[in-house]
Amino acid sequence: MPEHGPLETHLRARRETGHKLLVPYVTGGLGKDWPDVVSAYAAAGADAIEIGIPFSDPVMDGPTIQEASEVALAAGANLTDILHALKGADAGVPLVVMTYVNLVFHAGWERFASEAVAAGVRGLILPDLPMEELDVWAPVGEAAGIETVLLASPLTPDDRLATLCDRSRGFVYGVNLLGVTGERTSLADTSTVLARRLKVTTDRPVIMGFGISSPDLARDATADADGVVVASALMRMRLDGAGPEELGAFVAELRAGLDRHR
Amino acid sequence: MTADPQLIMGDPGGTGRFGDFGGRFVPETLIPACAELEAAFRAAWADAEFRKELADLLHDYAGRPSRLYDAKRLSEELGCRLLLKREDLNHTGSHKINNVLGQALLARRMGKHRVIAETGAGQHGVASATAAALLGLECVVYMGEVDMVRQSLNVFRMRLLGAEVRPATSGSGTLKDAINEAMRDWVATVETSHYLLGSVMGPHPYPWMVRELHRVIGDEAREQCRALTGGDPDVVTACVGGGSNAIGLFSGFADLPAVELVGVEPAGGAAVGHGVPGIVHGSKSFLLQDEHGQVVEAESISAGLDYPGIGPEHAHLSATGRARYEQVTDAEVIEAFQVLARTEGIIAALESAHALAWVLRARDQMAGKVVLLNLSGRGDKDVAQVADILGRTAGA
Repeated sequence: MPEHGPLETHLRARRETGHKLLVPYVTGGLGKDWPDVVSAYAAAGADAIEIGIPFSDPVMDGPTIQEASEVALAAGANLTDILHALKGADAGVPLVVMTYVNLVFHAGWERFASEAVAAGVRGLILPDLPMEELDVWAPVGEAAGIETVLLASPLTPDDRLATLCDRSRGFVYGVNLLGVTGERTSLADTSTVLARRLKVTTDRPVIMGFGISSPDLARDATADADGVVVASALMRMRLDGAGPEELGAFVAELRAGLDRHR
Repeated sequence: MTADPQLIMGDPGGTGRFGDFGGRFVPETLIPACAELEAAFRAAWADAEFRKELADLLHDYAGRPSRLYDAKRLSEELGCRLLLKREDLNHTGSHKINNVLGQALLARRMGKHRVIAETGAGQHGVASATAAALLGLECVVYMGEVDMVRQSLNVFRMRLLGAEVRPATSGSGTLKDAINEAMRDWVATVETSHYLLGSVMGPHPYPWMVRELHRVIGDEAREQCRALTGGDPDVVTACVGGGSNAIGLFSGFADLPAVELVGVEPAGGAAVGHGVPGIVHGSKSFLLQDEHGQVVEAESISAGLDYPGIGPEHAHLSATGRARYEQVTDAEVIEAFQVLARTEGIIAALESAHALAWVLRARDQMAGKVVLLNLSGRGDKDVAQVADILGRTAGA
């Protein structure tokens, strides 16, 4: 049995080359051509791609992802169709699903795991499934080979942070700030502090997210961290009418911003 | 399955479990705050000084104990003995004051000077704004934009009390959306703010803490019923949205197996009647959802019961059979609202009228029994809405 799952192995290998990791996000079902957005992200230099399955009550999300979720749901988006569509999206990089725990619970832990694996999904992020409650899902996910990524907060105490990094799989998702997702114009002070704490705690890839809206912020956020997730800035463009090509072009700009570290 | 009264309505422990329900399903950022709150509540609840300060406020400020009223005229009509627990006579007009005074004192004790609350009908919002004014705390209330229209007078009341009322515009613009917004605020301000949650829902310790703060309803009612009738009631009933007034009343009788506990849900928001297990707003409970697990909007005449979920302890009480849950229609509620006004001279909140609507429907089974009903709130806030509905009916 390998020490790390395919998602983490992939991210570690990329990191080895001195490259900062870029994980762009797309809301599944937001526009008919959304699977093409996945391909465009991959072509533009994404190291992994986060696929959001929209939920009616996204408490960790700000106005942009809320709106993206509402629009996708109104168009009939649902978990089964999104996973099915991913089978056809030839990304060539690992796919990570981000959603809220009720959709997975409602689908059934086992059923979700098998449908996700069949769709080529490697990782899962559930912001409302903290460590305390993780055991309802983790054994099923582990058995199916899905790496469950845990989120670390600026308020997570040191001893808890160590356990959290230990239990996380794939990477550790550092939440930059106290608050919900959404575009920001500057990097929160809490980001740097948390990234440093995570880096001295774990050798798993540390990827920061929330409020990374520009190539400059992506670069700033990776001074210590290994990579970034970018979601709201991309979905704002998408809601304003951007297609796969324009979104791919912005991901390429983010890629260039990160590559300035080299 | 028969419930073991010893295990019913006890301390849910560190994991906040009521059988298969409850828990702490919140983002990592809120985990330390939930742990801090649980520790603070456990310490305060064991502290005689805190208990006395709260008891004094409940007595001197809120007007407790609330009366247990022998509703003789209506009893005669129904053929049972109907006792009304008059939570509507509390300061701010509902049972909500019990919880907010406790939590506001706790917030102050934890050094948090800002409280966030959600509200549906506005009763919890008004109560929160009141407690915040009393203790000098900053107060922000989230309210669905649809509810702000339905209950505009309560919006004005909250503002008069110095609270800021912020509209929740997402989703259906009702209670569940107000809760989403309150949780988003809390995630951003958790270091300085206390989330003054208004029902027996949310992440641990809320369902348990809010129940303990409302236990006074049931404890008083049990003593009052014994003093008045020489015994315990046969049936104890209350309306259920999130379920705080019902939990408070039930907790005084849960260890008496002969006492039947009946929660009454709106037919359009019946989480126990029509829901399936789900996880939202911090805990696992029964939840109205579609085939994909998306939360479905509740539809009720009463803004205070317009919630697609139910407190996790109610889910447990239902699953174990210790309590049962009935559903009534809006039309039955309007009828009950008028019956109580005409026979007893009491204008009840539409929420509370749900419990009476069930008693009216079940009058044959209630014959000869002592029925204790929680009149959880007064109906001033609903008069305009009912006038509108009755006017329409009369004109049709």
